[in-house]
Amino acid sequence: MTDVLEHPIETPSHGHEEHHGPSGILKWLTTTDHKIIGLSYTVTSVLMLVIGGLFAEIIRAQLSTPNGSLVSLSQYNELFTMHGSVMIYLFAGPFAFGGLANIIVPIQIGAPDMAFPRLNALSYWLYLTGSITMLAGFFTAGGAANFGWVAYAPLSNSINTPGAGADLWIGGLLLTGFSAIFTGVNLCATIFYLRAPGMTMFRMPIFTWNMLVTGILILLAFPVLTAGLIMLYCDRHFGTHIYSVAGGGVPVLWQHIFWFWGHPEVYILALPFFGMVTDIIPVFSRKPVFGYKGMVFATLSIAALSLGVWAHHMFTTGVVLLPFFSIMSLLIAVPTGIKIFNWIGTMWRGEIWFSTAMLMALGFVVTFLIGGLTGIYLASPPLDFFTHDTYFVVAHFHSVVMALVLAGMAGLYYWGPKITGYLLNEKIGKLQFWFLFLGTQVFTLPLYLLGLEGMPRRMAIYPHDPQWKMLNDLSSLGAAMIGISTLLFVVNVAVSWKKHPAGDNPWDGHTLEWFTTSPPPHHNFYRLPQIRSERPTWDYNHPGHQALAHGKHAPAVPAEKVSTS
Amino acid sequence: MEIPTLPPQGVTAHTRRWRRVCKAVALPLAALALSGCTVPSFGASEGVTSTSRSTYHLWQGFSVGAAIIGTFVLLLMLWAVVRYRRKGDNIPEQSQYHLPLELLYTIVPILIVFGLFAATIVVENKVVANPTTSVTIDVNAFQWGWKFTYPGSSAVVVGQTTQDPVMVMPVNTDVHINLTSTDVIHGFYVKEFNFSRYALPGVKNQFTFHAVSTGTYFGQCTQLCGLYHSLMYFKVKVVTPSQYASWLATFNNASSASAASAAQTAQQTQNATHVPSKTTASSGAN
Repeated sequence: MTDVLEHPIETPSHGHEEHHGPSGILKWLTTTDHKIIGLSYTVTSVLMLVIGGLFAEIIRAQLSTPNGSLVSLSQYNELFTMHGSVMIYLFAGPFAFGGLANIIVPIQIGAPDMAFPRLNALSYWLYLTGSITMLAGFFTAGGAANFGWVAYAPLSNSINTPGAGADLWIGGLLLTGFSAIFTGVNLCATIFYLRAPGMTMFRMPIFTWNMLVTGILILLAFPVLTAGLIMLYCDRHFGTHIYSVAGGGVPVLWQHIFWFWGHPEVYILALPFFGMVTDIIPVFSRKPVFGYKGMVFATLSIAALSLGVWAHHMFTTGVVLLPFFSIMSLLIAVPTGIKIFNWIGTMWRGEIWFSTAMLMALGFVVTFLIGGLTGIYLASPPLDFFTHDTYFVVAHFHSVVMALVLAGMAGLYYWGPKITGYLLNEKIGKLQFWFLFLGTQVFTLPLYLLGLEGMPRRMAIYPHDPQWKMLNDLSSLGAAMIGISTLLFVVNVAVSWKKHPAGDNPWDGHTLEWFTTSPPPHHNFYRLPQIRSERPTWDYNHPGHQALAHGKHAPAVPAEKVSTS
Repeated sequence: MEIPTLPPQGVTAHTRRWRRVCKAVALPLAALALSGCTVPSFGASEGVTSTSRSTYHLWQGFSVGAAIIGTFVLLLMLWAVVRYRRKGDNIPEQSQYHLPLELLYTIVPILIVFGLFAATIVVENKVVANPTTSVTIDVNAFQWGWKFTYPGSSAVVVGQTTQDPVMVMPVNTDVHINLTSTDVIHGFYVKEFNFSRYALPGVKNQFTFHAVSTGTYFGQCTQLCGLYHSLMYFKVKVVTPSQYASWLATFNNASSASAASAAQTAQQTQNATHVPSKTTASSGAN
């Protein structure tokens, strides 16, 4: 490492002043700027979170009595199908890789935009169209899709689920699937080819690393889903028998295809949020991320393992090889554990600032720990036979996805000021955190017990077992708390609207996005610092406090280094 | 039709549930305090078959591991956030790597994982074993009910939605189940057996139960199968071998013609309208 920092690199000034595009609504409709597209993605996906959340609140209200009559049996099936579909397909993924990653990744690597800006715009419009298409099912005569978000054949064929709602579900998912594939292409190309001088692969922020791996996983997994959906559509309308026994097809084939996409998808959803937390915890601990290289290899091994575990969703079909998928699934606990130890190691001997973003990130780690530990049970076939399709599984994946919501909120509080130029209110933010964090535990923990008491998932009523009411009510209380936390977020955005200017670097950030203005200019940078580590902005601001080289354990802090130029 | 209530079982379901909730919460703490003479249940129950008990013990093992690891990690986090909260504006030492520590928290989890895997394999081999048996029951799931056929006798039990068909099986005997579905995928799940398996169209799933105590247990479809999924119940009645034999005999004594016509009638009711009598279950397709 050089001791003396040189002049920041000045980027040519043309290209900024020259940019005289349209303004207002026309600018939003025609833009290819990754920041505006990313903001559109973020706003749309948070809207989807609210819609999916409303479905969840109706589901919880229906279950507040054993013979709930708030909605009919068929409406209930539509609600949980669309709750899962909206949250998985239309919120979590697009929010992470279309929203925050789209805005932050090019800035983190010092790029002016995504590699293919027009493709990026196409991604967003496909995503918006797909979302509207899928939700439009509610306005058809037969109602929305009602076969669960996994659409198991043969329940999803045209005999068992006739009607346009199911077709709109398939169409909407195809469109958002293509949008995801294009974003995956864009992320990979951008990260491989548009890094600034000095930004080597092992100097990329962990968030960018995770988005690269997410992009690769998208490219491996989503085309399989697309193919599967087209075959499902052919079975429904063109008389093929790919998933029907009658014509010599195999219903379980759908499950193989769906989960071959579906399990990498779990990590397509999770890795971006892991990345956000891995960027946030070091900043608010005032330390570099602990075990950077270990973290990268953990991410890569999660991605590799995730391609070989899909059949753990199918243990109870009785037609998959149990031991192989069991050990592969169990092994994922190892790199995931490495990540948790790295996060703790980062905080160790740090100076922890409990901002809202940091609290949300810590809430993520605790909630994800619960979801991760209960996931280990489900990797064991006998324990999966015991808990499969009960609320235990529902509780497990809600612990995981609610952890992701906490991480997403951490991301919004952390990067929001960079995107908008204004800070969010910390007091309301902390109140929101406690409602969200405690609400999540009150919501999920009773569901684990309900599952162990034998309550199956996707039950509109439970007349035989009125004793399940108490735990359901407790869970509904948690869901209400989560609802309040969402309202608090909306209130916070309204209250803080253009109130407290953030400045370029409100958190003493480490990475390049904190070197440019808030919001960044068109094409992101007027100047760049020397990139000598994965923390160029920190190195620039704290020339005397660079990270220790690999393998060096706790030598004395080096003397202040000269930073004049 | 009335939705049948739980038969009296000595202790009410409400009490049992409360006990279980209390056990799940209090026992891990009590075990810690009393240095654990017995392993807590962690919310599960041992069930009434030989394999349900193996599964339960595996559950306990996993839970002890999860509790220890979870507590350890949470304590580490708690220590970090309490001890290292920001006190001033000083910059801490910028350490980033500690190779021995990193190797430790990679290798130890791998060892734990292989331990869990070994325990899994031992129990799995018991649960999926299919010994030769003298009693076989063909279970067929359909929208929205169950049909239990006893090969070698004329016994057939069919019931749908609120009728709760009863699967009668002998205690202390290996009972072989052949599970199929006529339409969509269903889930055959008996809570007290700690076991579930999909009923797949075009596939015959086979497994064996060895019940160790008599009683009537609730079963339910766990895999979403359409409109009346929530009402697809059945019961499993475990009886003594002599009671089982006399139950089978009631079918054999009846003329085969009338038995067949009874089954025929039951099948036909499937095709009748599926609106359950329960008025609160406001229904109607679409």
